[in-house]
Amino acid sequence: MDYETIISTFAATLRLTTPLLLACLAGLYSERSGVFDIGLEGKMLAGAFGAAAVAVVTGNAWLGLLAAIGVSILMAMLHAVASITLKGNQIISGVAINFLAQGLTAVLGLAWFHLGGRTPAPPDSGRFRPIVWPAADQIHGIPIVGPIYATLLSGHNILVYVAFLAVPITYWVLYRTRFGLRLRAVGENPKAVDTAGISVTLMRYRALLITGALCGIAGAYFSIAQGNGFVNNMTAGDGYIALAALIFAKWRPVPAMFATLLFGFLDALQIRLQGVSVPGLNWPIPVQFIQALPYVLTCVLLAGFIGKAIGPRAGGVPYTKER
Amino acid sequence: MSASRPLPRWADVALLPFLNLVLAMIVSGIVIAAIGQNPFDAIRIMAYGAFGYGEGIGFTLHFATDFIFTGLAVAVAAHAGLFNIGGEGQAYLAGLGAIAVGLLLDHTSWLLVLPLAIVASAAIGGVWALIPGYLQAKRGSHVVITTIMFNFIASAIMAYLLVYVLKPMGVQEPSTANVVAAGKIPQLRQFFPFFGEAPLNMTIVFAILALIFVYVLLWRTKFGFALRTMGHNPSASLYAGISNSKMTMIVMTISGALAGMVAVNEVLGVQARVVIDITAGYGFVGIAVALMGRNHPIGIALAAILFGALYQGGLELQFEMPAITRDMIVVIQALVIMFTGAMEGLLRPGLENAFMVFGPRQRVEAAARETVGTEG
Repeated sequence: MDYETIISTFAATLRLTTPLLLACLAGLYSERSGVFDIGLEGKMLAGAFGAAAVAVVTGNAWLGLLAAIGVSILMAMLHAVASITLKGNQIISGVAINFLAQGLTAVLGLAWFHLGGRTPAPPDSGRFRPIVWPAADQIHGIPIVGPIYATLLSGHNILVYVAFLAVPITYWVLYRTRFGLRLRAVGENPKAVDTAGISVTLMRYRALLITGALCGIAGAYFSIAQGNGFVNNMTAGDGYIALAALIFAKWRPVPAMFATLLFGFLDALQIRLQGVSVPGLNWPIPVQFIQALPYVLTCVLLAGFIGKAIGPRAGGVPYTKER
Repeated sequence: MSASRPLPRWADVALLPFLNLVLAMIVSGIVIAAIGQNPFDAIRIMAYGAFGYGEGIGFTLHFATDFIFTGLAVAVAAHAGLFNIGGEGQAYLAGLGAIAVGLLLDHTSWLLVLPLAIVASAAIGGVWALIPGYLQAKRGSHVVITTIMFNFIASAIMAYLLVYVLKPMGVQEPSTANVVAAGKIPQLRQFFPFFGEAPLNMTIVFAILALIFVYVLLWRTKFGFALRTMGHNPSASLYAGISNSKMTMIVMTISGALAGMVAVNEVLGVQARVVIDITAGYGFVGIAVALMGRNHPIGIALAAILFGALYQGGLELQFEMPAITRDMIVVIQALVIMFTGAMEGLLRPGLENAFMVFGPRQRVEAAARETVGTEG
């Protein structure tokens, strides 16, 4: 691999990491508040469909993004009602949301656009186009630094930058604000938070609101930034990889970025290696192994063979005030 | 506890699931109406497609066979307080066991192939669930997350094997070789022409046996008692001298084995080979079936037939109303999971109050309790 290829693989890594990172941070807010969320996948998928549908009709990418966020928040609120207000099983609710998104996007897609569940490609104004940084072409010629600037940093759409900007923001919110302190507390010891006169229910609803918004952005990224219109099941398990990354990062924002970067890199590598033979071996590299790696790594980590991942203590338990 | 009393048993096991199902159907109907179709026509078409003629019934029962296995898999684990979301991966990987027996013994008799295929696929499914069980029991990782991960790992393993290892020469799509003789399990249509072209086969006998097995295991054996004790109160079972970690591993193995049997129905009963995604999400349907069937074999049998009807009726719907895709059944499935599983709290308090007010026995008891004073 030459230098240019390596840099472009890294650039692809950033593009593939973006939805993972957004979904991972989305899950972080929810799980840090003590609500398990395996419905990240469904929220992204619903968001992707919402974004594409609105972008196709209005030709406006920003309206598409807004629709994605709205749809995804709606799903998050469904999860909130089921798991916070009605004190239902959070895992089951997440499973239901994933199926709901999978089914509804296909049904509505066919009914509205008559393309077998796809949406048409939105017009150019309905997509987030790559942003080329100033003088990228001229700088590209400079050895070493040039490709880093022109290929790696420049030329992504705005949502990629938003995703990576969300990491320091999340860090700041989580560790430097009152809201963040309460959020973390409500996931560890809701009773203490309740005793302090803060509503556990309200805190968790707020957390899920953020979860919904971030999943919506991730969804929009799929259909109107990276992709060109909605395709059935286009999130393809990224919500689950994000969940794995969240565990890998032990529910912390900065490690979440590195975990998703690792998984994004594996994905980029897998695409690059498709059909490539290992020198000396007559076999193409089985990409399935690389595809399975994030899941295997997460299981190994969860099993405590490489460090220990312990989630928020109150995770998965609906909070009931004493009666 | 609060003043409301638990529901009478019949309301808990029958009325509440029924009301939740009605709720799911109403919302589904609204979705169908929202895309400009007539929900009553849709129900009529689905009901006719599922039960209206022999072939439809055959397909319904064929799907129900799968859902009985996966529903039982979820239920057995649920009774022990475990949530096995990995039925899909367990069934998929178990396809290897079914096809191996089918191909190796293709020249013998189906009387030999069928039981051995059941054993082989149950073994593979069981081992694939035992690993997450072991990881929870001994290493403290949660079975929900690991079984999700194991679905993806199974899918990658199968894709690799089908693309690179098991594909016969000269075949285009990734698949194993075909069974041609004894590996094909007899179809019930060979004996009852009533079933038309439906792939309903002898595996359904094992599904019925599995229902009985699970009932006896859970409610008529010491092991089942220990299993349910752990599900109700893990610390109590620990103090009673039950090894929770050992139980977790055994229960997960049984659960995976049940899910694995789906492979026999699909691989040797329908396709005569393993193809990509042969289990087609049936493992996940098991979650809905177990919730709907209240984790009881009788309930699961009924719920499996209901979902079998949905799947078969959904196929029919696709032909008759091209504006609705088969994915509508995924929506219905999601709503059933949501209402009977996660949002059970929606109707239960209202129903409890209704029984408090209208149930004669409850009224007397409530009055008696009020005069004595509540215990807390």
